[in-house]
Amino acid sequence: MNNQQPAQLSFDKNTHTLHCSGSWTVSAISDFLKQPPLTTNKTNRIQIEGGGISRMDTTGAWALHQQANALKKSGKTISFSGFSEEHTALFQMVEAALPEKQPRPKSSRKPSFLYVLGKKSVDRYFSLLNGLAFLGEVIVFFGRIIMRPARLQYKSFLNVIDETGYRAIAIVGLLSFLIGIVLAYQSGQQLKTYGANIYIISLIGIAMLQEFGPLITAIIVAGRTSSAFTAQIGTMQLNEEIDALRTMGVSPVIRLVIPKILGLIISLPLLIILADICGVLGGMLVADKMLNISYYSFLLNFPNMIQLQTLLNGLIKGPFFACIIAGVGCYQGFQVVSSADSVGRKTTKSVVQSIFLIIVADALFSIILPWQSV
Amino acid sequence: MRKSTAPIISIADVKNVLGKQVVHEHLNLDIMKGEITAIVGGSGCGKTTLLRNILMLLRPKSGSIKIFDIDILHCDIKTSQKIRHSWGVLFQHGALFSALTVLENVQFPLRTFTTLPPKVQKEIALLKITMSGLPLEAAFKYPSELSGGMLKRAALARAIVMDPELLFLDEPTSGLDPQSAGAFDELLLDLKEGLGLTVVMVTHDLSSLAHVSDKVVFLGEKKVLAALPLQELLKQKHPLIQAYFSGSRGESYVKSA
Repeated sequence: MNNQQPAQLSFDKNTHTLHCSGSWTVSAISDFLKQPPLTTNKTNRIQIEGGGISRMDTTGAWALHQQANALKKSGKTISFSGFSEEHTALFQMVEAALPEKQPRPKSSRKPSFLYVLGKKSVDRYFSLLNGLAFLGEVIVFFGRIIMRPARLQYKSFLNVIDETGYRAIAIVGLLSFLIGIVLAYQSGQQLKTYGANIYIISLIGIAMLQEFGPLITAIIVAGRTSSAFTAQIGTMQLNEEIDALRTMGVSPVIRLVIPKILGLIISLPLLIILADICGVLGGMLVADKMLNISYYSFLLNFPNMIQLQTLLNGLIKGPFFACIIAGVGCYQGFQVVSSADSVGRKTTKSVVQSIFLIIVADALFSIILPWQSV
Repeated sequence: MRKSTAPIISIADVKNVLGKQVVHEHLNLDIMKGEITAIVGGSGCGKTTLLRNILMLLRPKSGSIKIFDIDILHCDIKTSQKIRHSWGVLFQHGALFSALTVLENVQFPLRTFTTLPPKVQKEIALLKITMSGLPLEAAFKYPSELSGGMLKRAALARAIVMDPELLFLDEPTSGLDPQSAGAFDELLLDLKEGLGLTVVMVTHDLSSLAHVSDKVVFLGEKKVLAALPLQELLKQKHPLIQAYFSGSRGESYVKSA
């Protein structure tokens, strides 16, 4: 705590004595250790005198030991004198505990390309099998819950709807409203040059209802919810809560995963409807202000230009996206192993993977779904 | 043995309230320099809360806590930082950084607070690792690859790497096998002898109490019921103290102690 004199060694040529002085502690010794160990050619017998040491700790004792060792190696005989009882005890304790050899980190050699390729392939293969096993487990338990709905954890199911649906209303609504504005503004400028103002209605309608509404919502929810699921299950995994459930004979899938998937299947399509409404509202605003299409004529023409099928095409994606988000989130949560680091990594992975899968699924949908509305 | 009469930690009239529950009231305690003080008491009597008060993790509702004669509740950041550098803490579950290897964990305080050359830092960290009874191979492992007992020892190595004047241990021997717990006690005594270390430990390990503690602080009824060497504590008539040491496990130790 107090200011300390730095550790020092001085060599007395007449008496062949090394005088140690100052404070040999971890905070005062760094300057001493930056110099090479003291050596001399004058004599073969050296006495190390420690009466001047005001304080010593294990680091100081270690440094002294290093110095003595360096002298011994150059063929000197060492004797110690003047050290207090405590310092001697400390010195002996450090000497006894000193590691004999320097350990090396395991296999610092870089593995060959083929080894890495093989290991990665096998790892991927097993993680694929793992994923399939998880999917299978979820489907089996899903079936059982459908057969016997009484076994569903209603409380956590409702909680999931509240957490992922109700609490996401503001962000989803605002963002899709802004997307609607941007979309209408950008395309409106083109339409205006051709005098095709009225087509803003079908453009906004189709784009929002069929593509942007579901996609934007799913991506926002993936960012909010998928990560939350992974972090929650991952932390439970670290805390051995998952193991506790298993040992009680409670399936973590039934207790944790099914309510999340079911809850999200309910809340995501509702959010998509909200996104559709807000997006179209945004488009309406721009149509009125920029393209001289009043709210009244926008709404009047909307049912003529947009078919119900368009809305349904968008909505049908909802439950599928919900399964992807909740499934990936939970699966990654179960993949967490034993460190805080791993929770972070798996959370990132769950968001990236669910967004990736959402976009792939969306692409598949645009091929499969009938395009009657165009 | 360096013993002095000046308390290194002095706690006066501390009151702690968690939620609506009063944990401590009018709690007074002095911890002497160079002694190993054990804090005991039934579960939920606020041992860890008291420790968190001293470690500046939890501010008591009222009262005063002085460490090295500095009032830690009313001191500037620089002073409190200085105090933090002069103690080492072993948490109940180790609290090693999971992203770092054992060696990096132990080296962490050295790297952060000293200007020692990296090679020296590593050597000193390795010395502390072997001093805490870990095999050298463990140095490059991550905390997740260690058993519970090894985690404890790695955490101890990190706690003592800066050669602190004060060492706080929260249940240091829980989860250790009897042999390791014994070795732990020996190490503690060695450190106390060699470094004049002051140790404050929360423990339930009766054999550790009998073996290493100079003084046992018994917490109960929201305050310190007694702060005495174990032998004298056992003669106390207070029902809580009697009950604590009279269980079937207590009896055997009391006899042997």
